[in-house]
Amino acid sequence: MAEKVLMKGNEALAEAAIQCGCKHYFGYPITPQTEVAAYMSKRLPKEGGVFLQAESEIAAVNMVLGATSAGVRAMTSSSSPGISLKSEDVSYIGGSDLPALIINVQRGGPGLGGIQPSQSDYWQATKALGHGDFQLFVLAPSTIQEMVDFVSLAYEVGEKYRVPAMILSDGMLGQMMEPVEFPQKKDEPVADKPWATNGHKNQRKKNIINSLYIQPEELEDLIKERYQRYEKIKEEEQRAEEFMTEDADVVVVAFGASSRVSRSAVMQARAEGIKAGLIRPITLWPFPDKTIEKNVDHTKQFLCVEMNMGQMVDDVRLVVSGRKPVSFFGRTGGVIPTPAEVLAEIKKLAGKEN
Amino acid sequence: MANTLNILLAGFGGQGILFAGKTIAYSGLLDGKELSWLPSYGPEMRGGTCNCSVVLSDESIGSPLVTTPDVLIAMNRPSLEKFVDKVVPGGTILVDSSMIDIKVERTDVNVYYVDATKIADENNMHSCAIIILVGKMFKELGFCSKEALDGAIQKVIPAKKAAMLELNQKALEIGQNA
Repeated sequence: MAEKVLMKGNEALAEAAIQCGCKHYFGYPITPQTEVAAYMSKRLPKEGGVFLQAESEIAAVNMVLGATSAGVRAMTSSSSPGISLKSEDVSYIGGSDLPALIINVQRGGPGLGGIQPSQSDYWQATKALGHGDFQLFVLAPSTIQEMVDFVSLAYEVGEKYRVPAMILSDGMLGQMMEPVEFPQKKDEPVADKPWATNGHKNQRKKNIINSLYIQPEELEDLIKERYQRYEKIKEEEQRAEEFMTEDADVVVVAFGASSRVSRSAVMQARAEGIKAGLIRPITLWPFPDKTIEKNVDHTKQFLCVEMNMGQMVDDVRLVVSGRKPVSFFGRTGGVIPTPAEVLAEIKKLAGKEN
Repeated sequence: MANTLNILLAGFGGQGILFAGKTIAYSGLLDGKELSWLPSYGPEMRGGTCNCSVVLSDESIGSPLVTTPDVLIAMNRPSLEKFVDKVVPGGTILVDSSMIDIKVERTDVNVYYVDATKIADENNMHSCAIIILVGKMFKELGFCSKEALDGAIQKVIPAKKAAMLELNQKALEIGQNA
């Protein structure tokens, strides 16, 4: 077993990317994400890689588009307002069927918002990070270890299906330190990339990376093909963790930072004799509807806890489809809910039932 | 959750709040415990109030944000006033009495007053006042093993700053005798 080290989430994530073979990082500073870029600037040149602080977020993500077109593992990172700036070209990456890793260390919004942790970019990440019919593979880590482990997963899934991937982190996970262990074997890029524009050497037909299709039928066919891949991702790549759900009367659904708070609340509720449990979505897209579905029959109700005004709760309600009550509790603007607040909410709901 | 210790360190930016938190966190790491370290971040760091949550536990840690500390280390008056009522009954408050001219009025907590900043200044270890309080906290609570504490201070100070290591080791010792 490798030695456990103490690292900030942002730095651990950056190190994990380097160990996964990401040699091309393009970014622009913004709190609370800046340590990702700072770490890359220190380490990547020593690894023979390219660190480039672009003139803007838009330029940085365009550089990612260029690098990933050539078949290398590339990455950019930012925080909420910066991700909005990147959205146009994330759509181009999706529309060009390219893998890429995009990190969002969320802060409060909208607008410049605040700099404290938030989960208010759930809708953006899972529904529409940019224009057009397309999806990203979205992972929500809840520990620093997952910040590390999900980097290779994001690259692997992204390359397998040729879709951009996002790790949706937040200021709390980015700034905090926990013991973390790096996998000893370095991951090699798994998927062949016959589409890459990396020089045909007169030995194959030239590859073209493009997202412009003037003929509507041609574009429709391409999008339909892409959606078949999305269906496959939905079928095969859903991930969620369940905690004490088997006999739970109140199933809390929470991801990332708020899932940690919720887990504490669930344990306290159990200690007080309330049958609470937790579903923690790990993939936000595809949303783990199978795990929710599995719990609909036996539980009495669901409680969605988020650090926003209620975004993922829509996806929970879609699965539950009115069969059981689904309520919501959240803090927003950069406020982290306390376990006591979530516990009070669980108690209120359990009281209604009993 | 009996074996979880929620620690909050609070003071001005520049008093080594995050550094001391890291020292405690590393001691947990060396003891093989679960732990988390969460700083306050942002403009408040620049000369304003600064605080740091550290959780040491035998089980995986839920919220890393300490809102009801078992232990509060207060390095200035605004921090003590802000957090004194949040400390759990039976909890511990360590006060740098060089910086704080008020007393804790609660009777349901254990309070230790140490003239940390003054002692640090007298010993030419300006930035080490909080490490004196960490030493005191170790003496009163034994939150980690002695080896872990000694190892932690070596971990958090880079090898090239050997002089700082010596000062901090001395500060820990002073704290343990305070």
